[in-house]
Amino acid sequence: MYDVVIIGAGVSGAASARELSKYKLKVCVVEKEEDVCCGTSKANSAIAHAGFDAESGSLMAKLNVEGSQMMEGLSKELDFPYKKNGSLVVCLREEEIPNLEELYERGVKNGVKDLRIINRKELEELEPNIADEAVAALYAPTGGIVCPFGMNIAFAENAACNGVEFKFDTEVTGFERNGDLWTVKTSQGDIETRYVVNAAGVYADQFHNMVSEKKLHITPRRGDYCLLDRSTEGFVTHTIFQLPGKYGKGVLVTPTVHGNTLVGPTAIDIEDREGTNTTQAGIDELIGKAGTTVKGLPIRQVITSFAGLRAHEDGHEFCIGELEDAKGFIDCAGIESPGLTSAPAIGKMVAEIVKDLAGAEENPDFVAERKGILDPKALSNEERAKLIQENPAYGNIICRCEMITEGEIIDAINRPLGAKSLDGVKRRTRAGMGRCQAGFCSPRTIEILARERGVDPSEITKSGGNSKIIVGINKDRI
Amino acid sequence: METRELICIGCPMGCPLKVEMDGGEVSSVTGNTCKRGDDYARKEVTNPTRIVTSSVIVEGGSLAAVSVKTKEDIPKGKIFDIMKALKGVKVQAPVHIGDVILSNVADTGVDIIATKDVL
Amino acid sequence: MLKYDIVIVGGGPAGLAAAVSAKRNGIASILVLERDKELGGILNQCIHNGFGLHTFKEELTGPEYAGRFIEQLKEEKIEYKLNTMVMDISDSKVVTAMNREEGMFEIQAKAVVLAMGCRERARGALNIPGYRPAGIYSAGTAQRLVNMEGYMPGREVVILGSGDIGLIMARRMTLEGAKVKVVAELLPYSGGLKRNIVQCLDDFGIPLKLSHTVVDIDGKERVEGITIAQVDENRRPIPGTEEHYTCDTLLLSCGLIPENEISRSLGVEMSPITSGPLVNECLETNVEGVFACGNVLHVHDLVDFVSEEAGAAGKHAAEYVANGAKHQPSNAKDIPIVATEGARYTVPKTINPDRMDEKHTVRFRVGDVYKNCYVSVYLNEERVIHRKRPVVAPGEMEEVVLKKEDLAAFPGLSQITVKIEEA
Repeated sequence: MYDVVIIGAGVSGAASARELSKYKLKVCVVEKEEDVCCGTSKANSAIAHAGFDAESGSLMAKLNVEGSQMMEGLSKELDFPYKKNGSLVVCLREEEIPNLEELYERGVKNGVKDLRIINRKELEELEPNIADEAVAALYAPTGGIVCPFGMNIAFAENAACNGVEFKFDTEVTGFERNGDLWTVKTSQGDIETRYVVNAAGVYADQFHNMVSEKKLHITPRRGDYCLLDRSTEGFVTHTIFQLPGKYGKGVLVTPTVHGNTLVGPTAIDIEDREGTNTTQAGIDELIGKAGTTVKGLPIRQVITSFAGLRAHEDGHEFCIGELEDAKGFIDCAGIESPGLTSAPAIGKMVAEIVKDLAGAEENPDFVAERKGILDPKALSNEERAKLIQENPAYGNIICRCEMITEGEIIDAINRPLGAKSLDGVKRRTRAGMGRCQAGFCSPRTIEILARERGVDPSEITKSGGNSKIIVGINKDRI
Repeated sequence: METRELICIGCPMGCPLKVEMDGGEVSSVTGNTCKRGDDYARKEVTNPTRIVTSSVIVEGGSLAAVSVKTKEDIPKGKIFDIMKALKGVKVQAPVHIGDVILSNVADTGVDIIATKDVL
Repeated sequence: MLKYDIVIVGGGPAGLAAAVSAKRNGIASILVLERDKELGGILNQCIHNGFGLHTFKEELTGPEYAGRFIEQLKEEKIEYKLNTMVMDISDSKVVTAMNREEGMFEIQAKAVVLAMGCRERARGALNIPGYRPAGIYSAGTAQRLVNMEGYMPGREVVILGSGDIGLIMARRMTLEGAKVKVVAELLPYSGGLKRNIVQCLDDFGIPLKLSHTVVDIDGKERVEGITIAQVDENRRPIPGTEEHYTCDTLLLSCGLIPENEISRSLGVEMSPITSGPLVNECLETNVEGVFACGNVLHVHDLVDFVSEEAGAAGKHAAEYVANGAKHQPSNAKDIPIVATEGARYTVPKTINPDRMDEKHTVRFRVGDVYKNCYVSVYLNEERVIHRKRPVVAPGEMEEVVLKKEDLAAFPGLSQITVKIEEA
């Protein structure tokens, strides 16, 4: 019997779990995948939006600005990569400057600080590779970039350390209301709880509609991305948007916190809630549009393309709150961009709703700090030498593209909510995220995973389920 | 009279070869542009042979497997018999280059030998 | 700080041959740094035969070929460190390396030989659309799993790319019990050797579809199917030509890329064509005393040529250590070699008529298949080599031999041009 069951270990669910762990509540997160950060949270623009985009007065606008303001402090407290690199909304036509001004006004109204419109000259100084057509830009110094895996994992790990339980490979199939309690039906059995938080991303409408007559509708909106090699670092230093059009923010070009360049997303409404396949048309569109705001984009340096799904709610608004016709059931739905940025504020809001409903007291044992996986690259050569002396695994490079050591991989596996699969290791350490895309390191990472987890290498998967990498031994079928 | 068609492997040219056979004998080779094509065609239609390579599991060594090969060419038709004979073969470390892993494999009169040191 | 005359980065075929050659050219203080747990590099997983016809006049397997050079290295008592990653090389040739036992350590070298090899082009770089499930491997990763660890990475296989590793893996997977359904090749010709097409595909009835590419990958957890389609002359898929194959594995053999991250951070000038350093006839880069050889310089088809090239790099590194800068004094200028009209690049990029040996082999690749053509070399405007070739193809490295006497005797030589001329 739990006080709270959170459906979904994406960034909203994990942020809510972490905030709820500040109270004396028994909290459980159920996740259908084998790890945290497996849905929308793992495939997005990795942007900490300043907050000028959302409609003034909306919840989206409020939580975006709040989240953006919380991000820096939180990134220190929870030790995840974040950088306030500033963002630019580039205007390519003189006649569109009024739209830029409108955006500026909206930003000011939303409470975004330090916004200003800059002319071509200043824009060129900030971004030498800006397109020749660019005439002006809205400059938001508070815009940032963040590691989405890093943030999601940090929330989850900190929540786990503060007593939140996580159940993976657990798919919710239905609900029953028994008096003041909810029974959450799952693929792993029933779970009783006082409150349910529905943070199920692209599935949130399905769960909402199981318990409420006021129907919600979410469309999976696919976004394709291309990630360029770290050798492109410095091509742009700010996050560069095009002035927004009919479909969201168009194609952006941004550095990532790890020095890659990211281009995307497209915006294609689809039916399949697992439809994260890229398409030729999507990639073509991306490559076609990517060169609009910048010139000479080194698109040939692409190391991977991927697609993510935004949980687009019909009203394009965050739906957060207890349902009127389903008491104790709290929606955290329609979390699309700027959902990642808003996550810290979303978590806080959800926790406050539940705390008030439950009348929960503060948890005096709550530990706010969390230490991430040690990055030896951040150390001086002397410190690094000392580290290897203490633990030789830090002297053994496994991923040679990203220079990730065995020590980091072992840490990723053995820490709370540790990695179980190759993708789990990749999201925590970046091993396999470089230019060879795990060609070289995957056999080695499989070996380490198998050893640390005490299982046969054939049991190690790419991302849980049936995503096996080794299917047998030589000659076993001849 | 029987005709066999081959692609010459002598060079990147890849000449399409036609070999006329009379009984078991080669009566003519055409399509080749050099002598190597003629030689290859005659050998390939009368007695095609291959080296077979694979690897087998090593126990107690520094590596999980050791690479092996047939010490000499074997008839092409015997390739899969050799693979079957290698199924389940395990050796104990140390193994040295040239060590016989399996003698007279699949009755070919040819030994399987290690092609690597595993200590 | 450790001090060595020559530090060689990489203990694969190039590093081994460079080390042995440097030793035999009089340098005692040599250190080879290898990141893997054994010497031999990628040859250890190339267990098929066909190596060494030029070098040893017999057909060896990859591990046997490596074994011969490892033996020479040990006979020459050359030092090496395994499981050691080079992290950085400074312009004053301080090599920073790391391993479990010694931690981070620095080595002051007088000369450095870059021999890091290459990596495979991954799916992402090919922009293949579809899902991203398990079961997609570069051919080399599958080769390692099957040949060195004894694991089957899949049962039913589609291969994209007809490079030699892909062809070799088609045979290896078939022999080990998998079903290889098709090999698709984007180009209208294969990048692999004829011999491999016959002995790895035809022997087992595996179809090779030229001018085809993968247009979709199906399967959310593990690959469930692959769709290939024919491509037009611009290499774009032709709608309506799609064919679906049920399979659990996609192997990619779509090209190799020299691994030059360290070279770049050292300030070595790169060729955009080869993705390897630009070198002179001594295989020396623009950074004095830094040499390059093997697949880090340009991707080779035959390891025998890697060994030969690396031997030269080792020799020149030894001369550099013995004689210092401009290891052999020269009164002549470095003459640029320009590759054009069918020839894509040359190694070396410049040649010095004074410093060069009596004969120098210039290696290059062509950009397309040419039949009944001539490989021509011009000194300034004058054609000095006009060699008839029945066929040249991008998959097979070409060479021309320049003679010192020709170059030295040519008045006002300012450029050497290598090109393909139609008959």
